[in-house]
Amino acid sequence: MKKLINQPEDFVKESLAGMAVAHADLIQVNYEPSFVYRTDAPVQGKVAIISGGGSGHEPMHVGFVGMGMLDAACPGEVFTSPTPDQMLAAAQQVDGGAGILYIVKNYSGDLMNFEMATELARSEGIRTLNIIIDDDVAVKDSLYTQGRRGVGTTVLAEKICGAAAEQGYNLQQLANLCRKVNLHGRSLGVALSSCTVPAKGTPTFALGDNEIELGIGIHGEPGRERVSMKSGDEITEILVRWLCPSQASLIDNIDYSRTVREWDEAQEGWVDVELLNKPLQKGDHILAYVNSMGGTPVSELYLVYRKLAEICEQEGLQIVRNLIGPYMTSLEMQGCSITLLKLDDEMLRLWDAPVKTASLRWGV
Amino acid sequence: MVTQVQIIQWIQVFASVIEHHKEELTELDAAIGDADHGINMDRGFKKVSNLLPSFVDKDISTIFRTVSMTLISSVGGASGPLYGTWFLRASSATAGKKELTEEDMLKFLQSGLDGVIERGKAQLGDKTMLDVLSPAVVAFEQAVNEGMGTVEALRVAVSAAEQGLQETIPMVAKKGRASYLGDRSVGHQDPGGTSAYFMLRSLLKVVDSQKKGGRG
Repeated sequence: MKKLINQPEDFVKESLAGMAVAHADLIQVNYEPSFVYRTDAPVQGKVAIISGGGSGHEPMHVGFVGMGMLDAACPGEVFTSPTPDQMLAAAQQVDGGAGILYIVKNYSGDLMNFEMATELARSEGIRTLNIIIDDDVAVKDSLYTQGRRGVGTTVLAEKICGAAAEQGYNLQQLANLCRKVNLHGRSLGVALSSCTVPAKGTPTFALGDNEIELGIGIHGEPGRERVSMKSGDEITEILVRWLCPSQASLIDNIDYSRTVREWDEAQEGWVDVELLNKPLQKGDHILAYVNSMGGTPVSELYLVYRKLAEICEQEGLQIVRNLIGPYMTSLEMQGCSITLLKLDDEMLRLWDAPVKTASLRWGV
Repeated sequence: MVTQVQIIQWIQVFASVIEHHKEELTELDAAIGDADHGINMDRGFKKVSNLLPSFVDKDISTIFRTVSMTLISSVGGASGPLYGTWFLRASSATAGKKELTEEDMLKFLQSGLDGVIERGKAQLGDKTMLDVLSPAVVAFEQAVNEGMGTVEALRVAVSAAEQGLQETIPMVAKKGRASYLGDRSVGHQDPGGTSAYFMLRSLLKVVDSQKKGGRG
């Protein structure tokens, strides 16, 4: 294992300490329990948005704390969900009296820890809701698995909801918006190489020299298929169009329904909410997001984007915004993911609104 | 009767078993999950071990509650909330107690199990810790109803847990990250079930050795 680290157990803490020094104008870092928060928090009267998850995906989520995006982020150990005490302490720190929206990626650990945090915060009188992001179309069914994983759409939801919170959306409006962004987004990833968790020291999975894993998860969860290495154009084509008609792809996506657990304020308890994704249609306006898993250079992402734009044009999808770069990584894994988000006027306006964070910044 | 001293010893033994089997748990998790179960459990139980001296004058419920809060705030992943909930419910079921009868033991084991089911939403056969904890509680209850004492009932429960653990090997995982493997999860023992088995086996070991000591 070759990494720029000291002791593996200090990796997360020392990386956070570096962020705190580098971006002292934007964020502060609290340790024990650890969370990153906006220097100007709490913003009175504004709903605060908090996300979190295992470390190793930077800049998500800690790099997205700041004006127009997250009020706080809770980093767990590498690829391990953070804990409810972090989420509760972050909520206490940034609550401006208008409530807290937790944005949660669909992994069993994240779900359970955020659910406990929601119960704890509510018992302390902090109005809290949680919305789940599950956009990874590589997962075929939700009946016999944990369901689709939360991947690229998370970054877009944090940006769009962050802007809406700045513009005065209330907690319920924000929860509805976040759910809508999730239902409009879909992602698919590919790994060209594995990654190594510092505390473990050996690669998470083994991939042959000439093999790639299509549909990889951001923690190295197995994808849909392991195939031999192909050209950049071929890989892009497979991700976007998926050649087998029975399988969901980014474009010709099948309807996907599942139930998720959300807090219901009227019933004061957890309820199962049924969600349904609709396929993309010709003429849709979309945001195309090409993301590096960490080890793939930006030049290759642009090569992928070139092919993606060509396919979208053929399919009658109009790319009106794009995002290209390493925003949700899996340590040093080589590979990329593509996220397509169908935009309506509301989401487009909020996407364009100013944002000032360590890793995403425009309009200011 | 299980005493407060034995409960403390149990937690101590369980913590050292976790430390001893850290690599094994992580390897089991690497095969079908995300290779951190041993690391996470060990981090949590090391923190619990540091608190052991403060347990001496506490009742059992308070000890369980402290263990729960420590695990919830230090383990993370899915194991943190699941073990944390197990001990939290155990705490509620043992309010004010300094020792536990067979009936108290049954109540605490059952409450812990119910908590894990509510939190994790798993079902029997999903290849999770539930497949170990559930048959153990069923066996314990049956043994107590047949008039067995705690040690004998626990022995029956642990052997049901062991059998449950073996039965996770051919199962297809339907919860957590292992679920994405589908059929590829067949042939691997469930890591969470393994640590749950260690937990029950540690309890038996402590209670059993105490009894033998008493006879001698």
